[in-house]
Amino acid sequence: MKYLLLVYGEEGLLNEDEMQKCYQESTRVCEKLDQKGQFLGASPLQPVALATSVRVREGRRLVTDGPFAETREQLGGYFLVEAGDLDEAIEIAAQIPGAGWGTVEIRPVVEQAGLPRK
Amino acid sequence: MLEEIYAREYRRVFATLVRLLGDFDLAEEATQEAFAIAADRWRAEGLPSNPRAWLVSTGRFKAIDSIRRRARFDQQLQKIAEQLEQHPEEDYDVVDDRLRLIFTCCHPAIAPSIQVPLTLREVCGLRTEEIAAAFLTTPTTMAQRIVRGKAKIRGAGIAYKVPEQEELPARLDSVLSVIYLVYNEGYSSLARTDLSLEAIRLARLLVELLPDPEALGLLALMLLQESRREARTDAGGDLILLDDQDRSLWKADLIAEGLALVGAALASPSVGAYALQASISAEHARAVHPQDTDWDRIVALYDLLLRADPSPIVQLNRAVAVAMRDGPAIALPLVEALLQPLSDYHLVHAVQADFYRRLGQPVQAESAYRKALLLARQEPEKRFLEKRLSELSISDRAVRQLGGGEEE
Repeated sequence: MKYLLLVYGEEGLLNEDEMQKCYQESTRVCEKLDQKGQFLGASPLQPVALATSVRVREGRRLVTDGPFAETREQLGGYFLVEAGDLDEAIEIAAQIPGAGWGTVEIRPVVEQAGLPRK
Repeated sequence: MLEEIYAREYRRVFATLVRLLGDFDLAEEATQEAFAIAADRWRAEGLPSNPRAWLVSTGRFKAIDSIRRRARFDQQLQKIAEQLEQHPEEDYDVVDDRLRLIFTCCHPAIAPSIQVPLTLREVCGLRTEEIAAAFLTTPTTMAQRIVRGKAKIRGAGIAYKVPEQEELPARLDSVLSVIYLVYNEGYSSLARTDLSLEAIRLARLLVELLPDPEALGLLALMLLQESRREARTDAGGDLILLDDQDRSLWKADLIAEGLALVGAALASPSVGAYALQASISAEHARAVHPQDTDWDRIVALYDLLLRADPSPIVQLNRAVAVAMRDGPAIALPLVEALLQPLSDYHLVHAVQADFYRRLGQPVQAESAYRKALLLARQEPEKRFLEKRLSELSISDRAVRQLGGGEEE
């Protein structure tokens, strides 16, 4: 099964050094996953200050500054992984550095047939 | 004959098919079909040598048929069909599939309020109405919870497996509490001995898999409680309190096994709530006559238990032990302090009533018995409380008649 692991946390909680360390550790996690054929994708995200939200209502495009919801903890990055079952996904989530200072939300991915493959 | 196999094997066959098919609904359907075919075939041809294996294999073939018919429309089913064909036969009896299923139903990714009903439904085979009654909710609400649990298992990919050794201790807590709830459901509603035996069987399996002191403690606790099942009701199904039970009816073999397990659980460096409850139960089992009971030690064990589980229910049980050791006058304030947190729990009122009765205060006793009676759910308990109430009013009337005589 494919799982999307969403890393939520308070922005600005980590200083620049800690952030660099977090990226390096995350990269190591990705390499390990890749060796096991479980890595599908991952990326940290820019802060929500750079977020833009788009809604289309009755044909009209509504563009606003900011994230979908203003909360203390924000989406800061994601991992897309292949795992045999939820326990395996939990095992991976627990290795993500963000799990140590924020929350990793595990979402099973709907395997939609007919999507273009890359 | 078939009824007996049905009762014994239905949930086992179902649990194995859940593992093989990876889907509750598909497994339920396949199990039903397998038993329907068995009913015809076995009557004509006699029993197969291994009925369970026969049922699993028949259910599996039926499921493959039904999946093939539907697979054209459903990708996930196609995958299941492929997997099933890749692993055609296997040993069905190696690990108990119901134990796997318990760990699945008690997975921490499933809300605690769903874990217990899901286990009762899927592992123990209780009907949704029975579970709803046990949880004081409507069958519709309960059905929704069970459906939500099954959807989470399927959708989130929760595996049908016993956790790895290193995860096991963390996953054990919820499994133990679910097993004990199943036991109590079978012990308090007297008609369901099968549920209690099922809980004991599951605990035995668990102990085999993981001789954790708390698993040992839980098994001991259930065996010691079970040893008194015969003695705790009379021929009419009325409750008999521990003090009034005919102790020769207690099952010596269950007590011996329970006491040995308590010893093993207490020998471990960390002693938990189940081991302590089992130790308290063991003190009763050791007393040949009620007056031999070591109430000092029982109160001391409750003090330890309060440290592991500081709940008002434990405090209530401790108060009963204190009343036995020091008398109801000393214990009454302890119970009164619990009336608020346990206001909806019939036993807090029943205990208070009993203390008043023993203190010779029938008016207060009557009002507390009435509160208990309003909240009690089990028929034997209601009859017990009614009996106590009527005894009260008889002696009460006797007192009043005496008083009236004096006035004349």
